[in-house]
Amino acid sequence: MALATLWFWLVAVLWVGFFVLEGFDLGVGALHAVVGRTDAERRAAIDTIGPFWDGNEVWLVVAAAGMFAAFPGWYATMFSGFYLLFAVVLAALIARGVSFEFRGKFDGTRWRGTWDVSMSVGSLVVAAGLGVALGDLLHGVPIDQNQEFTGSLADVLQPYALYTGLTLVMLCLVHGSTFLALTTGGVVRTRARRLAARTAPAAGLVVLGFVIWTRISEDKGVLISPLEACAILAVFAAAWLASETREGWAFVATTVALATTVASIFVDLYPRVMVSSTNSAYSLTVDNTASGSYALKVMTIVAVVLLPVVLFYQGWSYHIFHRRVTRREPIETASVPQS
Amino acid sequence: MSQLDLARIQFAMTSIYHFLFVPLTIGLAFLTAILQTAWHRSHREDYLRLTRFFGVLLLINVAVGVVTGLVQEFQFGMDWSAYSRTVGGVFGAPLAMEGLAAFFLESTFLGVWVFGWDRLRPRVHLAAIWMVAIGSALSAAFIMAANSWMQHPVGYKIDSSTGRPELSSIGAVLTNPVFIRGYLHVLLASAVTGSVVMLAVAAWHLRRGRQVDLFKRAARLALVVLAPAIVLAMLVGSELGVTEAKYQPMKIAASEAQWTTCQPCSFSLFQIGGGNADHTPTKIIKIPHLLSLLATNTWNGQVQGLDELQSQYEQQYGPGNYVPNVFVQYWSMRVMAYSATLVFLFALWGLWLLRRKRLETSRLFLRVAVWIAVLPFVMNTAGWLLTENGRQPWIVQGIQLTKNGLSPSIDTTTVAISLILFLVLYGTLAIVDYVLMRRYARKEISEPAPEDTAEPVPSMTY
Repeated sequence: MALATLWFWLVAVLWVGFFVLEGFDLGVGALHAVVGRTDAERRAAIDTIGPFWDGNEVWLVVAAAGMFAAFPGWYATMFSGFYLLFAVVLAALIARGVSFEFRGKFDGTRWRGTWDVSMSVGSLVVAAGLGVALGDLLHGVPIDQNQEFTGSLADVLQPYALYTGLTLVMLCLVHGSTFLALTTGGVVRTRARRLAARTAPAAGLVVLGFVIWTRISEDKGVLISPLEACAILAVFAAAWLASETREGWAFVATTVALATTVASIFVDLYPRVMVSSTNSAYSLTVDNTASGSYALKVMTIVAVVLLPVVLFYQGWSYHIFHRRVTRREPIETASVPQS
Repeated sequence: MSQLDLARIQFAMTSIYHFLFVPLTIGLAFLTAILQTAWHRSHREDYLRLTRFFGVLLLINVAVGVVTGLVQEFQFGMDWSAYSRTVGGVFGAPLAMEGLAAFFLESTFLGVWVFGWDRLRPRVHLAAIWMVAIGSALSAAFIMAANSWMQHPVGYKIDSSTGRPELSSIGAVLTNPVFIRGYLHVLLASAVTGSVVMLAVAAWHLRRGRQVDLFKRAARLALVVLAPAIVLAMLVGSELGVTEAKYQPMKIAASEAQWTTCQPCSFSLFQIGGGNADHTPTKIIKIPHLLSLLATNTWNGQVQGLDELQSQYEQQYGPGNYVPNVFVQYWSMRVMAYSATLVFLFALWGLWLLRRKRLETSRLFLRVAVWIAVLPFVMNTAGWLLTENGRQPWIVQGIQLTKNGLSPSIDTTTVAISLILFLVLYGTLAIVDYVLMRRYARKEISEPAPEDTAEPVPSMTY
């Protein structure tokens, strides 16, 4: 396999990793005020992602940097083409990121309320905005023969892309609720579980719609791929597992659902990286946007050495904090998850 | 204003803003790690309390540093897509390595450290804060390697089919002389920033006679770090100047507003007038030989004037204006150097008081110490203005002009909208961050040791 192809799949893995990991903390950010009515409950909800959200966000940083390094043409066209969309996503990332830090640093109902809102809205906008971007990559935006984006914001916010955004928002919400059901205790856990059981079927229908729309627009015929089947089944499985109080498995199911949905976008995309709606010959591909072979070789070595190390210590950090967070004392009264 | 102006303002704004937090984060991360190590070794509770106290200040800043760093990364593609397309094959590699090697380390272990007080063995927990500190220093290394490549491109060859630079030696990129000196300079400036802030916070408490024993320790540690750090920062900075004079002679000539070639060259303390239109500013108090020393490390070294360099560049690169903004260059150099000198004198004063055991009782010193905290930030900002403005009109020295690096698909309005959005956001964040920092910095450190209380780390959870 050529190194450029390897890097395409590596970038895909980074995006999948980002959505699987940041997906639940986006969900928790959006839902913390729904599953938590009192301040203590909300804090318990936020504490479940406290140690992780920052590390999860790095997956996005590395995905973007990986695109920059391995496919400068892709990075250049995508980031300049989606300019305003990304400006809003960045603003949302900033708003939710600082909300985590600032919220608890001062006692006051209005202070907390402000950061609660910015955390929820910020999380939703990030999921939606990045979903829109992925949808656009596959569905195509105006790109000329020089690989330059020639469209406007309206082209970026096309119906298919908006629907992809909705799909990812729904998946993140369900993923966040199964994560909360798994990692909290008491009333927050009950609410989160109920929320997961109720929203998952709706999310399943949205994913089904996404698969159908994609098959039609990509002209792929009626026989759905294993990946797509997996995504649809996993969401419905999550609904059932959550209602059966099998929270660990429900979380596994939503993980699979997010991973397969995002992965299916990249599978459909390959060997293109960004489709041109102007002329399919102008589409950006792995080959016409890749860096030189030496740069790819260097980065491959770095990634092969470092990625396992990163996975190891990130996994270890999840292992340390795997006890449930209940109200008030997030650390002292924690119990072992019963999954 | 043109798209070029707005995009440059946006980039400068984000970089300057981001770099208010970065050196403070790096400096405080190491200082906090040192404090925790001291606690680990001595088991003195004072050190534990200081660790937690400064740990909170660290956290407030990391949050803002991380999120503004994301903007930095996205902006290359958003505003400078032609640049990204052209040089991504070289410039992108250190950025990707930064993410893989540094950001993951820093952010994962920060979470482990903040939430791990009661879950980890003390030794492992101590290792976590060191990982945070190392991660923050590593991330600066990779981004400095990338920036140094823009100042002095090495380790690349021009691809014959695309005409774009491609990486040909990662070793050369990572041993770029501009990088080695620039990186050391940044690390030392971070140590200065962190320790000055720590000293300022300690001084504020000492002046009010609060928890004197505790904050005396912090003040002493800060001074012991600050004094050598500021001296070394100035020395390495001057070495960096010599290196840059070799590869970017325009940068150095402009920082003295030196239009004609000179030998030996004097350094002016101030000037009246000056700028790109005024080639004969009135220079006040000239120190003979100093510019020769700074630029070439020799007593009688020659410094090429801007006019001569301009005609050289025109021959080499074709017609155009290759002189950076001389006014900004002249003054940013001086603001940086003079702030550093003040910090240096202040550190000497502190050391002298420390020797006489009067540090905690000298009211004047403690009062000055609080206000001196502004200086490192001024110094850092001026330093970046000096190095980035001095590279203009190039985005990558000798390879691409800044005006050719813009995104062709973007118009002025789009950049203006995002500029306003980020301006509002940064402004709000700066205020909130400052208010929170001030609140926390003025808090008395809670008396009971945290492990004795029911709620383990109240200030560090959400």
